[in-house]
Amino acid sequence: MRVTCVVNGETREADDVWPGESLLFVLRERLGLPGAKNACEQGECGSCTVYLDGQPVCACLVAAGQAQGRTVTTVEGLAPGSGEEQLDRVQRAFLATGAVQCGFCTPGLIVAVHDLLARDPAPSDPDIREALAGNLCRCTGYEKIMEAVRLAATS
Amino acid sequence: MEFLQPADWAEALAVKAAHPDALPIAGGTDVMVDLNFDRARPGALLDLTRVTDLTDWGTDGDWLRVGAGVTYRRLIDELAGRVPGLALASRTVGSPQIRNRGTVGGNLGSASPAGDAHPALLAAGALVELASVRGTRRVPVTEYFTGPKRSVRTPDELIAAFLVPARPGAEQFAKVGTRNAMVIAVCSFALSLDAATRTVGTGIGSAGPTPLRATEAEAFLAAELPWETRGAVPESVAARFGELVGSAARPIDDVRGSADYRRHALAVLARRALAWAWTDPGGAV
Ligand SMILES: Cc1cc2nc3c(=O)[nH]c(=O)nc-3n(C[C@H](O)[C@H](O)[C@H](O)COP(=O)(O)OP(=O)(O)OC[C@H]3O[C@@H](n4cnc5c(N)ncnc54)[C@H](O)[C@@H]3O)c2cc1C
Ligand code: FES
Ligand code: FES
Repeated sequence: MRVTCVVNGETREADDVWPGESLLFVLRERLGLPGAKNACEQGECGSCTVYLDGQPVCACLVAAGQAQGRTVTTVEGLAPGSGEEQLDRVQRAFLATGAVQCGFCTPGLIVAVHDLLARDPAPSDPDIREALAGNLCRCTGYEKIMEAVRLAATS
Repeated sequence: MEFLQPADWAEALAVKAAHPDALPIAGGTDVMVDLNFDRARPGALLDLTRVTDLTDWGTDGDWLRVGAGVTYRRLIDELAGRVPGLALASRTVGSPQIRNRGTVGGNLGSASPAGDAHPALLAAGALVELASVRGTRRVPVTEYFTGPKRSVRTPDELIAAFLVPARPGAEQFAKVGTRNAMVIAVCSFALSLDAATRTVGTGIGSAGPTPLRATEAEAFLAAELPWETRGAVPESVAARFGELVGSAARPIDDVRGSADYRRHALAVLARRALAWAWTDPGGAV
């Protein structure tokens, strides 16, 4: 089947989509957007987090056809252009604080933090932890990520 | 595999009647895991996310009727005052990403004994509204579950909504898990105290082949609570209530916990929930 949706502001079409495949597969394998990562395919790790109609979701748990006609924003869509100064403030804060190690969890975390700060410009530490409960990181131990969120909130 | 995407409720029921083996998909947080891991290969997926009737809620006489497709996120944001116990349970589901997609209809559809909505629905005395082209029926949630992952729903039926009393009692929900987020309950307990009718509702999760009510504990507590004076609950009453809740469970030993631990933990959760609900009715009583 064919799936058409608006991804990062552009109308995109994917053909020969198998109805049981996920939005994550469509983004990565059919639309050339490898930002959202595939790690667990069961909603546990959050590395595939994207906005679907403005809400962060696990792209691995959205059936491709459910995205038909919807609006998707991936980590690639958060920065207006490439180059460090064009990055979103959340991306810049992750770089500045060393919150990125292997980087596998980073795209999902960036989207989750972007959403958190849009809803709550000055989150407390417990609120940050709660908002990021669905994003696992195996490298950083989370302290640098907490720092990144605090920095992004004030920049 | 076919992808069926009805635009409205009438079409959804017609499609389900024509394709009884089609697997409904709402938030996909259970269905997609099964597809991703090759545990399910249905002939067709029946996407319910276009059916706007399923995402509505409103009052229906003495009942609050909530569409099966309302997400946990919306239950927390929009309905915390009207379904306090269920909203507390919703806060414990998965992560923000899961709560943004997952629905109570999907929880009922999966009918897992560990589903977190179920104890709260049992305690509140909810009805499950099932519909097909043959008609609509409202089943008390106490009669809905027939076994692990099984319910009274027939292959041509869809879950339309659940209904709870429009005026809730003092409700609480508590869950035991290995961490604070993203856990399947080791066991869970929901309580509803209705001062107006002097009745008690309970729900036990993850401690039996289906979610359960503790009927004996309900009757005992309803008779013993100092409804008139609203004085403190005697310690002996709280302890006996906890015991009766623990003995109503039918737990097994599994990787998440032993049967004995679950009975013990349920007794503790029941006493705590009682203390919270009695001292902080949350404006609901
Ligand atoms: C990472 C993760 C964490 C989770 N944590 C929890 C948790 O803490 N507590 C908990 O209870 N659950 C949890 N779950 C399980 C899941 O999120 C819930 O069961 C959720 O309520 C399912 O809702 P859904 O809309 O996503 O269902 P779907 O996956 O779309 O559907 C689930 C089942 O219900 C059927 N169905 C859906 N809607 C209807 C309908 N209207 N009529 C008939 N059948 C229908 C489907 O065919 C399917 O069998 C978790 C899942 C994941 C992936
Ligand atoms: S890949 Fe989607 S949550 Fe892990
Ligand atoms: S940086 Fe490696 S998983 Fe987070």
